[in-house]
Amino acid sequence: MPTTLENWNPGKAENRHPDVTYAEKERLFLEVKNDVRFSDFLYGCYECGICVATCPSARFYDYSPRVIAQAMAREDVERVYDIIAEDIWNCAQCFSCVRCPRQNNPGGLVTILREVSLKNGLQETKDALQGYSRVIYKVMLKGNQVSPDMLQPDFFPDWGPWVGEFSANMQIWRKAIPMDSIRGVTDAAWRVDRKTLLELYTIWFESGNMDIIKELDEALYDLLTEVMQEELEEG
Amino acid sequence: MTELTTVEQILERKSHPVVRDASVAKTHDMRDLLFELEAKGEIIVQRVPEPYFEMTTKYGRKKKIPLEHTWHHKSCGHCGHLPGYASSILWRHRQFGLDSLDPTDQTSCTGWNYYASAASNAAGQASVMARNFAAAYETGYFPLIHCGTSFGHYKEIREQLVHHKELRDEVRRILGKMGKPLVIPEEIVHYSEWVHMMRDRIAEKQTLDMSMITATVHPACHYYKIVAEDAIYDPEIYGGQRTAVVTAMLETIGVNVADYSTWFDCCGFGFRHVLVQRDFTRSFSVLRKIETMKNEVNPDLTVTHDTGCVTSLDKSQFAAKAHDRKVGIPILSDAQVAALAMGAHPFRVIQFHWHSTDWRPFLDKLGVNWQKYWDEFQGDLDQIRAGTKSGITWEDADKPVNLTG
Repeated sequence: MPTTLENWNPGKAENRHPDVTYAEKERLFLEVKNDVRFSDFLYGCYECGICVATCPSARFYDYSPRVIAQAMAREDVERVYDIIAEDIWNCAQCFSCVRCPRQNNPGGLVTILREVSLKNGLQETKDALQGYSRVIYKVMLKGNQVSPDMLQPDFFPDWGPWVGEFSANMQIWRKAIPMDSIRGVTDAAWRVDRKTLLELYTIWFESGNMDIIKELDEALYDLLTEVMQEELEEG
Repeated sequence: MTELTTVEQILERKSHPVVRDASVAKTHDMRDLLFELEAKGEIIVQRVPEPYFEMTTKYGRKKKIPLEHTWHHKSCGHCGHLPGYASSILWRHRQFGLDSLDPTDQTSCTGWNYYASAASNAAGQASVMARNFAAAYETGYFPLIHCGTSFGHYKEIREQLVHHKELRDEVRRILGKMGKPLVIPEEIVHYSEWVHMMRDRIAEKQTLDMSMITATVHPACHYYKIVAEDAIYDPEIYGGQRTAVVTAMLETIGVNVADYSTWFDCCGFGFRHVLVQRDFTRSFSVLRKIETMKNEVNPDLTVTHDTGCVTSLDKSQFAAKAHDRKVGIPILSDAQVAALAMGAHPFRVIQFHWHSTDWRPFLDKLGVNWQKYWDEFQGDLDQIRAGTKSGITWEDADKPVNLTG
C-alpha cells in the first residue's frame, strides 16, 4: 500500500490483534498510563539499547525492554496491546534494565502491564499463569511463597535425584534445623502466627487483591475466599 | 547585578569545579523525606538502634547498619528450600552474643509472587510490607532483611509510599483495620550488609583456612539494581564500580575472588520462570553464568547473597550435566561461607544436604572432614526417627567444631 497522508503512521505498529477493538486497546493503555507509578517508571527513551544489552530475556526470547519504553512513550496503543498479549510474561523481573540513562524502569512498566492484563482477565495472561495457581494459593493462605512440601519429584524432575532424596527425608530433615521458627514446619517456610495470617487475609480483601484473583481463576478465588472468610469469622 | 542569559547560566554552572567530597555534595537522602512525613504525623520512622556502624552507599551517603536488636525478616526461599542459609545468619549473631529476634508474626514480603504473577497491586504490596514493619516496631527490634528481593521490593515500595499520598492514605486505612500504625524504618538493611560490616570480626573468629579457595561472586540483582543508590560500595573493591558486599567479606577471610565477564547478568531465576517455565532459568543460569565462570576462572565455589540466585545457580546444574555442559560449581551464600570459616557444623547449621550440586570436592579441598560430621548428623536423624530427640536445637548447633580434625 502506498503511503498517503491518511495511512501515514510513522513508527506505529500494525494491527496484529484485529479481534480486539481499538477502543478496548486504548482503554487498557489508559489504565496503564493512569497507574500512580507510571510517571515514576517512564521518562522517555534515547534508544541507546543499554536495557536490551543487559536484559536476560532479550537473549532468549523475541523481547525488548527498549521497545516497551518506546511504545509507551509514543503512546502507540496498538503496539502496547501487542506487548500485553505477547511479551510481558517473558520479562525475568531482574531489573537489569534500570541501568537506563534516562532513569526508565521497563521492568516496572511490565509489572503495571501485567497487573492491568490480570485485572482485565486477558486470556494470554491466564495461559501464561497456568500451573501457577498452587503458588498463589500457598502465598495468600500461608503467607509464604514456597514451602518444603512443594518440592516434589513430579514438579521438579529437572533438579535430579536430589528432589527424590529430599522428598523421602523431608519430615526428618525439617526437624534437624536449629531455628525454632522453622523446625518441623513442612507446609510453610516458617511458622506464622494465626493472628498474623488473619491480618494478611484482611490485606488481601481490603486492597482489592481478591478481585484480581477472581479475574485470573474463579475456582481459586472461591477456594481462597471460603477458607479466608471462615478463618476471619472464627477470629 | 546583570542578569545572565540562559547560555551564560549554563556556562557559569559548567565552570564550577566538580565537588567530589561526598559530605559536601549531599546526595539524595530518602530519610529527609521520611522525617518530613513523620513531622506531619503521617508515618512513624523507626530509628536504627545503637550501636550502629555507617557504611558508604553508591553515591556516598552513609547508611546506618545496626549491630544488634535485629528483627530477622526471614526469606521464604531460604527457610523453605535452603534452611542452612537462614540458620547460618542466626548462628553468627549467636556466636557474637548479639541480641536478635526470630519472629513468627512475619509473613513473606510476597514480592516473589508479585514479580512472578502480578496477582496483587501497589496497595496490597505496600500493606504487606507495612504490616511486617509495624510488627517489628511493636517488638522494639529493627528489621534485618534476609531476602534480596524483599530488600529491593521494600525499597521500591518505600519510594512509592513517600511520593504518593493516595497510596499512603490507602495503606493507613488498611492497617487501621488491624490497629497498626504506618511505620517505615529509617534504613532498609539487607543481612549481607550486616555480614559486610562484620567481616573483620568474622575473620577474628575464623578457624578454617580458606586461602586455597578461588571463588566467583554473583551479585544479586534485587540487592543492587533496584533503588541502586542504597547499596553498599567501597572504592577499594572493584574500584567502587560494583557493590562491595560479599566480595569484601570473602577477601577478608582469605578467599581469592576471581572475576568473570558476565558478572552483571542475572542468575536466570525469573520468578515465574523458575516455578513454571524453567527451560529459561536452566538455560540462562548455565549458559550465561556457570559455563562462563567455568571457562574463564574454573572456581571452586560461587558465592551470592540472595535466595533465588542460590536456587537457580545450584539446581540448574543437574540437567545441564546430563547434556554434557561444563558445570559442577557448588553454590553457597556469603552467610554460609562465613559460618563455615568460623567453624559452623556443616550439616546442623549450614545444612549442605539441601544443596544439589556436589559440594564434597569443595570441602575436600578445604580439608574438612565432612564425612565425620555427616555421620554425626545421621546419628541425630536416627535419634529423631526413634523419637528419643525431638529435633536439632541451638544447644546442638551453637558450638563451633574443628572442621579439619
